[in-house]
Amino acid sequence: MLCEICGVNEATVEFTEIVDDEVTQLHLCESCAREKGVEMEKHFGIADLLAGLTDVGLEFEPKEVEVKCSGCGMTYDDFRKTGRLGCGECYSTFKRSLLPLLKRIHGSTRHLGKSTIKLEKAVGVTKRSELQELRQKLQRAIEMEEFEEAAKLRDRIRELEKKAKEKE
Amino acid sequence: MKLDDLLRQTGEWLKGIGPNSEMVMSSRIRLARNLAKYPFPHRANKKQLEDVLSDFEKAYKGIEYFKGGLYLMMKDLNALDKQFLIERHLISREHIRNTEYKTVLISDREIISVMVNEEDHLRIQILQSGFNLQDTWQLANKIDEELDRYLDYAYSNELGFLTCCPTNVGTGLRASCMVQLPSLVMTKQIKKVLYAITKLGLTARGLYGEGTEAYGNFFQISNQVTLGHSEEEIIDNLERIMRQIIEQENAARSSLLTNQRALFEDMIWRAYGTLKSAHIITSNEAINLLSHVRLGMDLGIVKDIDRNMLNELLIQIQPAHLQKLQGKQLSAHERDVTRAELIRSKFMR
Repeated sequence: MLCEICGVNEATVEFTEIVDDEVTQLHLCESCAREKGVEMEKHFGIADLLAGLTDVGLEFEPKEVEVKCSGCGMTYDDFRKTGRLGCGECYSTFKRSLLPLLKRIHGSTRHLGKSTIKLEKAVGVTKRSELQELRQKLQRAIEMEEFEEAAKLRDRIRELEKKAKEKE
Repeated sequence: MKLDDLLRQTGEWLKGIGPNSEMVMSSRIRLARNLAKYPFPHRANKKQLEDVLSDFEKAYKGIEYFKGGLYLMMKDLNALDKQFLIERHLISREHIRNTEYKTVLISDREIISVMVNEEDHLRIQILQSGFNLQDTWQLANKIDEELDRYLDYAYSNELGFLTCCPTNVGTGLRASCMVQLPSLVMTKQIKKVLYAITKLGLTARGLYGEGTEAYGNFFQISNQVTLGHSEEEIIDNLERIMRQIIEQENAARSSLLTNQRALFEDMIWRAYGTLKSAHIITSNEAINLLSHVRLGMDLGIVKDIDRNMLNELLIQIQPAHLQKLQGKQLSAHERDVTRAELIRSKFMR
């Protein structure tokens, strides 16, 4: 069978395309399939999915659309188009808009994993995962609605983080 | 070590060893890391991308794990070599686009690979054979710590490791298992299983990751969420769910064996027969049939085949591997013929 696009080469790839619920099956040669593949990736990717979510929170901070990140010059609008941030600084620049988005994606806005060696040294944590452990305990306390305990843990975490910042 | 040396060796993850290796082919950990000093690769200028490379080069040279490794500039590789690395699961498809200022570091047994200037500055991958998430994580963590000593990671107290795509922020961790689930597919329970795991924050993909189909009943199961849980929790969660999936697959296997033994054996021996005799075979057909034989082996139905050989074949029958083994470019038809020859020669032994 010949390729249904170029009609020259032998079709070796079965290509299934779904547009608006309509399924089309094409038999293509490798080079046409590759082109088609590239075209498709351009049509739909994670950026598009994210773009659908990035409007969350915008209603609160419409001005943030015009703000440029001091680290890389990106705007929130650029992010909405590509689904990619420009640098680490972007997370602070667009924080107000990003937090609701992160909440949607991850169900959380708080890192509970490991930290960097430098940070741990700065905090003077002797046990490697002290900060991490405290954060996990805090999460659990909140889930169990033990707010008194949670407040204590929160203060201890803040204290450690403040120490870290001062030493940085 | 040179690139072509890889052709003559079996990647550690293909060895078919480790816990539950009959069902779980491999365990993988990927960490996304960025350097605080520079914008993420897609926003960085040439100078900055070069600086990322030189910072990384200085860092890895001091690390024991990378002794005897292979460091490759993506722009120096031809199309075949790039495809070859993808087939071996050492780089992503993203990494072969706009190859300027992109590199990859591969450790001697192909357990560790680090892509530089992919979507993030660093993508650290650890790939091991069998159901082995804990060990794989331990190793990933050690390598991350080593690199952390030399490099200044983009990190915030609140959001953790900062990544180009917000879907990776926090731990930057993607843990996954490659698992073969033929009986769940045959008994049509797979949809239910896959639906259930998405409810639990996991996701399933095909053999070659994002956007690929599940040929040969191979599924890559991984965590979705990277923020709000510690690395240990993420891995523990995946591990527990994987255990249940393994149990379900085993239950489906014994039920098929009890109730439909003839049908089951017919399918396996037909696959065996085709592989042993075919003179033209596409890679998809070959993967499917090999996966049936693999199942037959696990159930003790097929006895004279070595699992390591089968695993190796799954990679060697891929287009770039075939062409490199032959030492020349082959058309699609020539590949189908060569592939059949290769499989026959292995099955005749």
